[in-house]
Amino acid sequence: MIHVKDLSVSFSDVRVLHDVSFDVATGESFALVGESGSGKSTILKALAGQLPAFTGTLRIGEDNDTDRPFSARDRARQVQMVFQDPYGSLHPRRTIDDTLNEPLLIHGLPDRDSKVIAMLDAVGLPRRFRFRLPHQLSGGQRQRVAIARALMLNPPVLLLDEPTSALDVSVQAEILNLLKSLREEKNLTFLLVTHDLPVVSFLCDRLAILHAGRIVETANTEALRSGQLSSSYGQELFQRSVYG
Amino acid sequence: MITRGWLLSDDPETRMQARLGVSYRLARDLMRNPLAMVGLMIILALLLVAAFAPWLAPYSPVEGTLADRLQPPSAAHWMGTDELGRDILSRVIYGARITLMIVLLVAIISAPLGLLIGTVAGYFGGWVDRVLMGLTDIFLSLPRLVLALAFVAALGPGIENAVIAIAIAAWPVYARIARAEVLTFRNSEFLDAIRMQGASRLRIIARHVMPLCISSTIVRVTLDMAGIILTAAGLGFLGLGAQPPLPEWGAMISRGRSFILDQWWVATMPGFAIVIVSLGFCLFGDGLRDVLDPKQRSRG
Repeated sequence: MIHVKDLSVSFSDVRVLHDVSFDVATGESFALVGESGSGKSTILKALAGQLPAFTGTLRIGEDNDTDRPFSARDRARQVQMVFQDPYGSLHPRRTIDDTLNEPLLIHGLPDRDSKVIAMLDAVGLPRRFRFRLPHQLSGGQRQRVAIARALMLNPPVLLLDEPTSALDVSVQAEILNLLKSLREEKNLTFLLVTHDLPVVSFLCDRLAILHAGRIVETANTEALRSGQLSSSYGQELFQRSVYG
Repeated sequence: MITRGWLLSDDPETRMQARLGVSYRLARDLMRNPLAMVGLMIILALLLVAAFAPWLAPYSPVEGTLADRLQPPSAAHWMGTDELGRDILSRVIYGARITLMIVLLVAIISAPLGLLIGTVAGYFGGWVDRVLMGLTDIFLSLPRLVLALAFVAALGPGIENAVIAIAIAAWPVYARIARAEVLTFRNSEFLDAIRMQGASRLRIIARHVMPLCISSTIVRVTLDMAGIILTAAGLGFLGLGAQPPLPEWGAMISRGRSFILDQWWVATMPGFAIVIVSLGFCLFGDGLRDVLDPKQRSRG
């Protein structure tokens, strides 16, 4: 579902990614783990189509056979993203209804009212919130709106950029549960970026550990849970996560 | 059934109710500002005077009796008469129409133009930004009245050309403001999100970028109205705006200049009108800024 081969990215002579390759199968949940500056968010940006320049091969979504690059509209039907900061990812002057309607309007899809209401139900937002503005919602509610927006076009792939790190601990669990159940329900493929190992073991099947722009290890979540990571850097992250 | 509670509801049931609620909150906040209300009253009075000029004016604005020339204010002529025996009150009342027309036309031409150029420059950045802002800087570096003078000189005197000239001189400010505003959120995630949904650039700028710049532009335009009136009056004063016998306030002051020591009312009365209307727009603009400031939006 996601195929990344030899992805390299440079920002003005500084190389931030070195030949990164990995594959994510349909319905799988894959995590990119690393500290800030390891390049994990850059991979996500490249997959989201937000990087102007990179080398390597990226394929995403169902239409794997063609080498023709996606147009922005085609890509939108295949992959959507949930951002880290729920306060910055919603347009401050548009109601929840406007925000959820927009992707449907862009793609000219019918039955917008019923789809918006169904999506509010699916992400556990009360219907009466529909015409509220973002500033009338809490962080967790906003993140639910952001998840709803990402799912409006029914993309098979969801990119998650630290979706819980800006939230209160109590709310984090709710959002993680929501993501987990939505994934089972809609058979979504997740690519999660995080530095939070417990989130990975809760939500993901496999993970790749990034260090200084290189993948140092790819492992199953079982290995993470039992502390069986093979690379020394992976062990270091694990120790830090367990013992603070 | 429209009640206060229905308008202020945190959980509007329809799109309509949500929009009305937002408008009601704005109006209510504006009402709480007494100075803004004074400004609004003055603007409304200007509108009414302009609309009902033929019924309000006691005399014709263009015909006078030479026997009555340069009469001081009296019961028959509340503001006196000018050098051709025309009633100054009637001329000031009809002048409201000209002033209003100038102000509205300039706002309609220059605000959207400035908003468009500013948002496009801010959103695209790079060479588009450099070219558009270079152009804006050229216009900004010339004093407004001088620039307007140059255009009027090129286009010929007359009220339409004065409007065009002032509009051409006024848009760069709006472009600057809109661009500065766009720069504060051009990298924000809600724009990344809308790009990921496949929105065209036109759609992003028109539906997502511009709405965030509109309130500051409206405030700025309202505050600039006074400047526009003064520029128009300045052009009129120099004989390059409205041409006689049109009762434009600036032109009236200009003609009263010759008699200012002995017949003070000829120049003073239209001067009062300019001051009051400018003040009205300033006060209202100030109030609007307080209300439309996003930091104050969430109150109540």
